[in-house]
Amino acid sequence: MDTVIDAHNISKVYNPETIPVYAVNNVHLHLKKGEFTALVGPSGSGKTTLLNLIGGLDKPDEGNILINGIDITKLSANDLIDFRLHNIGFVFQSFNLIPVLTAKENVEFIMQLQRINKKQRDERIKQLFKEIDLEDKLNERPSKLSGGQQQRVAVARALASKPKFILADEPTANLDSKSASNLLDIMDKLNREENITFLFSTHDQRVIDRARRVITLVDGRIVSDTAEVSTKHEDADMKH
Amino acid sequence: MWMIQMAWKNMWRNRSRTIITMSAIFFAVILSILASSLQDGIFKNLVKNVVSFYTGYVQVHKQGYWNEQILDNSFQSSVYSEKKILVNKYVAGLTARLESFALASSGEITKGCLVVGIDPEKENIITLLKDKVVKGSYLKDNDRAVLLSEGLAERLKLGVNDTLILIGQGYHGATAAGKYLIKGILKFGSPDLNEKALFMPLPIAQDFYGAYGRVTSYVLALNNSGEMQSTATDVGKALGSSFEVMTWEQMIPDIKQHIESDSNSMKNIQGILYMLICFGIFGTLLMMMVERKFEMGMLVAIGMKKKWLIILLLFESVFTVLAGCIFGIIVCIPLVYYLNRNPLKMGGETSKAYEEFGFEPIFPTSIDAANFINQGLIVLVIGLLLSLYPIYKILRLDPVKAMKR
Repeated sequence: MDTVIDAHNISKVYNPETIPVYAVNNVHLHLKKGEFTALVGPSGSGKTTLLNLIGGLDKPDEGNILINGIDITKLSANDLIDFRLHNIGFVFQSFNLIPVLTAKENVEFIMQLQRINKKQRDERIKQLFKEIDLEDKLNERPSKLSGGQQQRVAVARALASKPKFILADEPTANLDSKSASNLLDIMDKLNREENITFLFSTHDQRVIDRARRVITLVDGRIVSDTAEVSTKHEDADMKH
Repeated sequence: MWMIQMAWKNMWRNRSRTIITMSAIFFAVILSILASSLQDGIFKNLVKNVVSFYTGYVQVHKQGYWNEQILDNSFQSSVYSEKKILVNKYVAGLTARLESFALASSGEITKGCLVVGIDPEKENIITLLKDKVVKGSYLKDNDRAVLLSEGLAERLKLGVNDTLILIGQGYHGATAAGKYLIKGILKFGSPDLNEKALFMPLPIAQDFYGAYGRVTSYVLALNNSGEMQSTATDVGKALGSSFEVMTWEQMIPDIKQHIESDSNSMKNIQGILYMLICFGIFGTLLMMMVERKFEMGMLVAIGMKKKWLIILLLFESVFTVLAGCIFGIIVCIPLVYYLNRNPLKMGGETSKAYEEFGFEPIFPTSIDAANFINQGLIVLVIGLLLSLYPIYKILRLDPVKAMKR
């Protein structure tokens, strides 16, 4: 499988000159195309900071992050915005749809930024809303949608730009169990059927149970990674 | 196009706030236009009054006459010179005058007076002299008679149909003397003119002073007073350096100074209005930036370049300011037009004082489009300048910090 995310020795330190706090401490992370990965850990363990670094929203104090072979730590702020637009899809905890736009317009907005023509946009919107099962809510404003529906629209928006991967920061935190389950079904389906790469932070055990790889962070360090365990098991099986 | 649509939708996301901001701009534009057109109208009316008193908008003299107003500085009137003036598209007409001083006498009473030789019909077009006749009748071209100002007539104890003796020094030192019938009495608002002016047909004045064919000034009527300065310059160029062409501003600079000092006071009032507009718009921008900080962070995070975000906010600001301005201007047009047709009237002693000076005691508004356009543009520029604040905030926006709850 192709490597999508390749992070080497990345660290992020707050208050470096007074009382240094390592939000992310010497983390190595490799994510391949089609992975469905949960980033777990207690509050303050550095999950969101790590997602911000991988998403190019923040810069590490040490280390490099390669996305599809491009070192995003070397990009200027303006180039990073453009890079995010074309390569990374974001799903936030509190949905963050644009309140004045309809569900359709929220998804279309990203493609308008990408200057995709109207015909292609319409086709993509049709396809995405079918996937998130909200074809009847195209023209509703976010305020008229439930939390779960809003988050599904947010997933559609993240997918609209055909990104290399999707980063989701606690996507089910503000959802009830049924909505969370629906959302996970959609994300899981997109991952299995369309090979879309997901990396999401979560506290939610139901989400962790659905993940095919779980990375645990404590105090900014990776303390466990099920992919490594699997790889070791695979290596052991090979020796036998 | 989608940016414009989005800006329009954003503008109405907080309907009350947008309406309050637009209302602030709307009322400020109305006040500002009213103040400006009232000021302009009052000044134009003042100038019209002053100019129609005596000087006209522009006068042509022989070079050096204004500094030494004697008959020897008169010039030969010619159709050729008049044609050179009348060819200017802003000159609606001209009238010639021969002005000098003489001693007026009646019985044992004598008084120095200003003798003005005029073309009665043309003079009336420019200075409305006929309207100032309070007794008797107006002059005709071939009358060997004079119109006497009220103060001078009282001093000489003369009335209509009485005879007046004039003695003076004519052109090139010749003796000037004559006896004239008083055809009418004039009342001027200006005490100066009312005490000493005397009018007679131009040929009679030329004969009296022995200045045949000569005049001291051409008084020009303009069809566009806004082009006064350029007209004076063009006429000066056409006539050459042996003539001086002067505007009323040069001939009576104290009136111009008065207008300028009043203009400055009005500018201070308008400055306060603009400050109110500034606070109104800036308050909205501050609230908007705080309210939408998270959303702006999110937009940059998902890939919206800051320049597009800036353009989006500029559209929002321009739409809000423009809407307030346009509504303000639309409401102001009939209001200003009405106040132009039905000017505010002064009352009491002020009104009497104005009338005494021959001024109309009214405050008309000017319907000059420039007053509307300028005020609208000033408010628009204020809005755009204040938009620099959100631009600055966007340029410094860090999406991670902006999205922290």
